[in-house]
Amino acid sequence: MLRSRNVWLGLVALLALYLLPFWVSGYVLGLLTVAYYYSVAAMAWDLLFGFAGEVNFGPSFLVGLGAYTAAMLDHYEGTPIWLCLIAGAAMAVLGGAILAVPALRLRGPYFGLVTLVAVLLLQNLLVLFSGITGGEIGLDIPDVLSVDDRTNYFYALVFMTISGGLLLGLSRSTAGLILQASGQDATEAAALGFNVAKHKLAAFCISALFSGLAGGMLIFYLGTASVGTVVDISVGVQFIIAAVLGGRRTIVGAAIGSIFLIVAGEILRPLGELSTFVVSGIALIVILFFPGGFLGALRQRGG
Amino acid sequence: MPAPLLEISGLTKRFGGLVAVNNIGFAIAPGEILGLIGPNGSGKSTVMKCIMSIVRPNAGSVRIDGREVAGWPTHRIARQGVGIVFQHSHPLPRQTVLEHIEIALLPDSLLKLFADRHVAERARAIAARVGLERVMHRLPRTLAFADLRRLELAKAIARNPKVVLVDEPFAGLTATEVADFSELIASFRAEGHAVLLVDHNVKGVAALVDRVFAMYLGERVAEGSADEVMRNETVRRVYLGGKIELASRPARDAAARGTLLRVDNLSVSYGKAQALEDVSISIGAGEFVSIVGLNGAGKTTLFNAICGLVPSTSGTIRFAGADLRGRTPAQIARGGLVQCPESRELFGDMSVRENLDLGGQHLSREDCARQLAWLFELFPILQSRQRQTAKTLSGGEQQMMQPKLLILDEPTLGLAPVILEQLSKAMERLRLTTDITVLLGEQNVTFALPHADRVYVLEHARIVWDGSPERFAEEAGTGYL
Repeated sequence: MLRSRNVWLGLVALLALYLLPFWVSGYVLGLLTVAYYYSVAAMAWDLLFGFAGEVNFGPSFLVGLGAYTAAMLDHYEGTPIWLCLIAGAAMAVLGGAILAVPALRLRGPYFGLVTLVAVLLLQNLLVLFSGITGGEIGLDIPDVLSVDDRTNYFYALVFMTISGGLLLGLSRSTAGLILQASGQDATEAAALGFNVAKHKLAAFCISALFSGLAGGMLIFYLGTASVGTVVDISVGVQFIIAAVLGGRRTIVGAAIGSIFLIVAGEILRPLGELSTFVVSGIALIVILFFPGGFLGALRQRGG
Repeated sequence: MPAPLLEISGLTKRFGGLVAVNNIGFAIAPGEILGLIGPNGSGKSTVMKCIMSIVRPNAGSVRIDGREVAGWPTHRIARQGVGIVFQHSHPLPRQTVLEHIEIALLPDSLLKLFADRHVAERARAIAARVGLERVMHRLPRTLAFADLRRLELAKAIARNPKVVLVDEPFAGLTATEVADFSELIASFRAEGHAVLLVDHNVKGVAALVDRVFAMYLGERVAEGSADEVMRNETVRRVYLGGKIELASRPARDAAARGTLLRVDNLSVSYGKAQALEDVSISIGAGEFVSIVGLNGAGKTTLFNAICGLVPSTSGTIRFAGADLRGRTPAQIARGGLVQCPESRELFGDMSVRENLDLGGQHLSREDCARQLAWLFELFPILQSRQRQTAKTLSGGEQQMMQPKLLILDEPTLGLAPVILEQLSKAMERLRLTTDITVLLGEQNVTFALPHADRVYVLEHARIVWDGSPERFAEEAGTGYL
């Protein structure tokens, strides 16, 4: 009953997002465009944290790999955008797998620590080889997805809708159930005959695929790839906060959280430096008092 | 005799220097139930985990239906036909009981996104069989404890394994539930499964098992029918201790000195499991009281409830005349009620002396020095080891700074016999030379009885017997095996 009502609410909200360009300014659309790309990274992160039970502290490692692979191909080779995006996604999956295979052997917090170190390594590499990568200043990208705000907005929205739909469907599938069982208690899942490592690795690769794609799309929207926008730890932290804020194990919650973070930051912009502080404060309060996030709180009220 | 479904031999597992399982071997035929029993720390759970490769054995062979599987990854052993019923369950929060059973029936595939039609039907059949039919559409968190155990059982048998391993089948269950579970387990036998029941004592599983294999400190001590094993001399010594020699001391006039600690009708539950039920005990000032009970009987819970570390659902605890309700553990400890937990909560990286100083930090300098001198007299070995880090010492020492009531929770757990003897001597000296009141929790009766003025027996969350140590052997001893 409640579930079906929420599904309807979600569909209505999504429809509203599609109709939004007829009301609001290009500036707002630009903000939301970034929010949608972020939301895909956050949803991909929730697949790992919410379902596989692994905390990836370095989602920006995967996003950054995808973004920089695409950016450098376009910048140096003039490769077509679609090919850059595929290459970026493939690189993210490869990098993710190379990282995850040894890291998933570790238990407890060590997996998270490995992912954290990976971000720092990537960041350092980009700065070290600044001659090729553009370093701190960033790498400009000749091609863009579109120069029109509305077109860009629709690209991002469609990308988010499809990615979200796939991730949601996957999380509700039988493979998603097994993944969730592995995340909940790896020993028990193995004792039921499931190859826990295989399922977690697959989840990590899928998460990397969507993160890498999101990173690639984002830089083709921004027209530049820089450490500060796609690799920095603080970017990754934003995905994490978005996913937890929206509601763990929901996929959709991660998207809601991402949009909330960016919209709230914008509304509070008059506060200047203080706005980040206030948004972080809100996030902290929600996480402390409603660990289930927005959707968790909603579910609880519904019974 | 048909070929065994499970056959292990020469199984050995070492954790660092500790040999947890030493050269263990047994076989279980189709349609047979073997009880693997042993006190806490005997290695029985490790044997079970080695069979499933949840811990990898160092040596030995594990054969499932003739196939050597030792060292295989757990999921492959499971698919070879082994199901395990864990003692604790970690169910998924948003899936119903039926969905949990369905998970157990799914193939290990990344590409299969929808379950086959027969999965739902089969899951329903399993739910009906284990008695979960009424609750199959509910979420696990709304289930009673016994139903959670049923769910674990359902998952373990979902794939119709040849060998079923059950860890403490009856822990936390009521008498009727025990009967239900026994019937279920017996039905596995009837269907030709090989069943291994792991439990603390023979008594709990005697009615159900065909054979019993008893372990102690990683070694096999006996094997045979439940009766034979219960009569076995070594087993009796392990559980009851050999000849119990009572160290008598001049009787004290307990009545005149009044009651120091009084617990009335205390009940405690952890979620759905009842850990203590209507427990009442009283300890007079200067008395030495032992509470004996097997692992899981509720000793630690009782002590933690007294110290304010776990909340009680009903009942009162009065210490030195005052109700302890609403006090923090720190306030209770400062009031002179001190516990030495079985988990040895020493600050491992600090030196012995630093640990001792910490225990006495709320005393004045002179008092502290006096206490230290007294302690070193009691435990001479500590004096020579003052500077050493505290990792390997027994728990009893660091907190013994002038308590009114000292609670010792299984001080003997995992100790070598030699150390045990020293500890026993210290206990005796403590009792003879000081006025301290001691509440000792033990499953080792040999250690618990000699010093005690009075003994309580705790079994399945209830006090089932109390009396003098002299009467223990004849009245409560046999029920304890």
